[in-house]
Amino acid sequence: MAGNSLKEGIAAGRLEPDDYARNFSDLHPPLDAHEARVEADRCYFCHDAPCMNACPTSIDIPLFIRQIQTGNPLGSAKTIFDQNILGGMCARVCPTETLCEEVCVREVAEGKPVRIGELQRYATDTAMAQNKQCYRRAPATGKTIAVVGAGPAGLACAHRLAMKGHDVEVFEARAKSGGLNEYGIAAYKATDRFAQAEVDYVTAIGGIAIHNGKTLGEDIHLGDLLGQFDAVFLGMGLAGVNALGAGDADAEGSDDAVDWIAGLRQAGDLSTVPVGRRVVVIGGGMTAIDAAVQARALGADEVTVAYRGPQSRMKASPFEQELAQTKGVALQFEMQPKRVIAEGGKVVAVEFERRGESVTVACDQVFKAIGQSFAPGSLNGSSPSITLDGGRIAVDGEGRTSLASVWAGGDCTNSGDDLTVTAVAQGRDAAESIHRALTA
Amino acid sequence: MANLASNFLGIKSPNPFWLASAPPTDKEYNVRRAFEAGWGGVVWKTLGEAGPPVVNVNGPRYGAIWGADRRLLGLNNIELITDRPLEVNLREIKAVKRDYPDRALIVSIMVPCDEASWKAILPLVEETGADGIELNFGCPHGMSERGMGSAVGQVPEYIEMVARWCKQATRMPVIVKLTPNITDIRYPARAAKKGGADAVSLINTVSSITSVNLDTFSPEPSIDGKGSHGGYCGPAVKPIALNMVAEIARDPETHGLPISGIGGVTTWRDAAEFLALGCGTVQVCTAAMTYGFKVVQEMIAGLENWMDEKGHADLDSVIGRAVGNVTDWQYLNLNYIAKARIDQDACIQCGRCHIACEDTSHQAITHMVDGRRHFEVIEEECVGCNLCVDVCPVENCISMVPLKPGEVDKRTGKVVESDYANWTTHPNNPMARQAAE
Repeated sequence: MAGNSLKEGIAAGRLEPDDYARNFSDLHPPLDAHEARVEADRCYFCHDAPCMNACPTSIDIPLFIRQIQTGNPLGSAKTIFDQNILGGMCARVCPTETLCEEVCVREVAEGKPVRIGELQRYATDTAMAQNKQCYRRAPATGKTIAVVGAGPAGLACAHRLAMKGHDVEVFEARAKSGGLNEYGIAAYKATDRFAQAEVDYVTAIGGIAIHNGKTLGEDIHLGDLLGQFDAVFLGMGLAGVNALGAGDADAEGSDDAVDWIAGLRQAGDLSTVPVGRRVVVIGGGMTAIDAAVQARALGADEVTVAYRGPQSRMKASPFEQELAQTKGVALQFEMQPKRVIAEGGKVVAVEFERRGESVTVACDQVFKAIGQSFAPGSLNGSSPSITLDGGRIAVDGEGRTSLASVWAGGDCTNSGDDLTVTAVAQGRDAAESIHRALTA
Repeated sequence: MANLASNFLGIKSPNPFWLASAPPTDKEYNVRRAFEAGWGGVVWKTLGEAGPPVVNVNGPRYGAIWGADRRLLGLNNIELITDRPLEVNLREIKAVKRDYPDRALIVSIMVPCDEASWKAILPLVEETGADGIELNFGCPHGMSERGMGSAVGQVPEYIEMVARWCKQATRMPVIVKLTPNITDIRYPARAAKKGGADAVSLINTVSSITSVNLDTFSPEPSIDGKGSHGGYCGPAVKPIALNMVAEIARDPETHGLPISGIGGVTTWRDAAEFLALGCGTVQVCTAAMTYGFKVVQEMIAGLENWMDEKGHADLDSVIGRAVGNVTDWQYLNLNYIAKARIDQDACIQCGRCHIACEDTSHQAITHMVDGRRHFEVIEEECVGCNLCVDVCPVENCISMVPLKPGEVDKRTGKVVESDYANWTTHPNNPMARQAAE
């Protein structure tokens, strides 16, 4: 351990260089060809397979696994991409334990589901390593579509539209594309700059131009897009971060988890990312877990996730909770945050109420991970207003908003569960709907 | 404790597990290791006539098919008979037999199909003190093209002729090894018996090409881009072997002829099945070539444990016990009616039974019941075919339950009768009607 591993306060470089590589390596090392075939052989090729029904993108899982088993990983990848062009990232970040693998009959039978996520990664990695493009664009339609946001929903939508022969222009607020794949999820789930590789792979179909650094409502405006394009797809995600409330201190060490993770993801050298010796993460979702585990991986000595509800209501899956605990994160429940305590402009503790009692947890850094919100300011009145529902854009079953020629999908809508895979499904389905509307 | 001691044609061995004539029994070194590991006997790899030995290919001799995780299911070989000088083999056989008098040592022989060739080699083998000889009329590759091996085994007259020559020329028991590459195994077996053979052993390997290399379009195993049919063995051929053994065991003309069973014996259970179908010993090759000689320990212990559990004191209590239950289709009881039943507690809802039945059979298993995924047998449609049992991944989840006499078969609406009735008396059988007139 480096000399400053126990340094008080917030500090970078708590670990030896090798520790960073180890701590941020692949959570699941990729299966090799033989492992994949052996695992694939465990699949029963179920009829009307429960896994397939549980997949938000309805990937034909039994078929793609059988294709792996028969030594056809490229065919397998196409089966996956047919439904989910971001199948590579979803293989890494999907909470499979609550989706396909939860209902795998092997899970029912023996508590050991077929490792569907890892098999999906094997197939998609094989295709991407060979830069095998499964699709050709249809003849040009002459239609152009604006896609706002180059995250999972926007990329899925853009790819499907490009496939259909439309030209797509993507406007992305951030410097890099990929959305939460690039800025949000834990680094150890998408190693080796996978998010950027996937963006390149998806856009290689052609007909997709991405403009980075274009924020809706600032650099571009919905009213203008409607004038310039045949259709608009909104997939800009959630720009707002929920506030803790009155007790939040504007002090050094009080950070939003999403911002801190984004900074970590963009850091070229992880040893330069500062982290507290003692860290408290407020929240109970995936972001809370990702922040907590990565804080530990950076060398934080004590990390506590404090969730206001009981364990049963925690949004992070049991697998994620167990992962956090294995990495040395303490999980505390029924911790209602009251205030962040600062001294001399620096965070020193967080006060919670737990079953009527006051509990104070000392810390150098507190991450707030209590959810994100849609920032409606982006729809800034340059066009007729779009109906919101629960603070997010209201869409129908195929992604149509209340405004003609405008579709939406992903986290900015009212219809999802904030999963990458759901955003992909919505982007894809909206593209199909746009295509139907434009070619009707 | 069950007694596994075997007495086959007067040849005694401490257990019925013999190594078949094959690569594992080509040399003194291997055979000594086999006996040390506990094998009851070996059939020494086939000797050819004196003079320059045959030569083998110098590329791959084996091809295989595998299950998941490369479990070897079937092996094919294009190796010939021993490629070592006759005198070396004879010297080694003599030395091994001297040191292991309690084990069976049989010598496999293949020489040209003329009386002089056989008469020349038999005294040499006899001199080694070997317990018996096995006539290799089985190998389907290489030697058969030179008029030996299966080329002889496919002509019953030749079998009878050579067996007779051997019986006349030696005091040693004569076992005739049969090829499965023939239409009806009873004919060569009958010929062997007619020629005076003391026993038959079967099956030899099945003519085969294991696979085709889809990059080079060469059959496997590939010798410089070309391949040749080889002999197939291992677990995959066991059902073929069991049937051929049973055919000989129940044929009135050969019933009682001692049989040494060969073909995919991998576990004690396989061996017990061969014994039950009338074999006095079993011969093993692929299992040993896959796992080494130690596998015999599992076979010995497993057979012993099963016999103890079932109260079978010795091999004679087991040998042939299943033969009487092998019959012709026309004698099967058509009044025996069974229906599949799915144990809902054991069912893991994979749906394989449903789709197999729905797509390929009788539409007799539900998929959805009251909007719920639920798999249940529709007795009105179930013909009791057993396909669902065979495709179900859960052991004992689906069982075939016989209807009791007096119950109504919901498929036909008929009451189940207690009488035995078969095709020979069935009204739909034109032959039966004729007989009734």
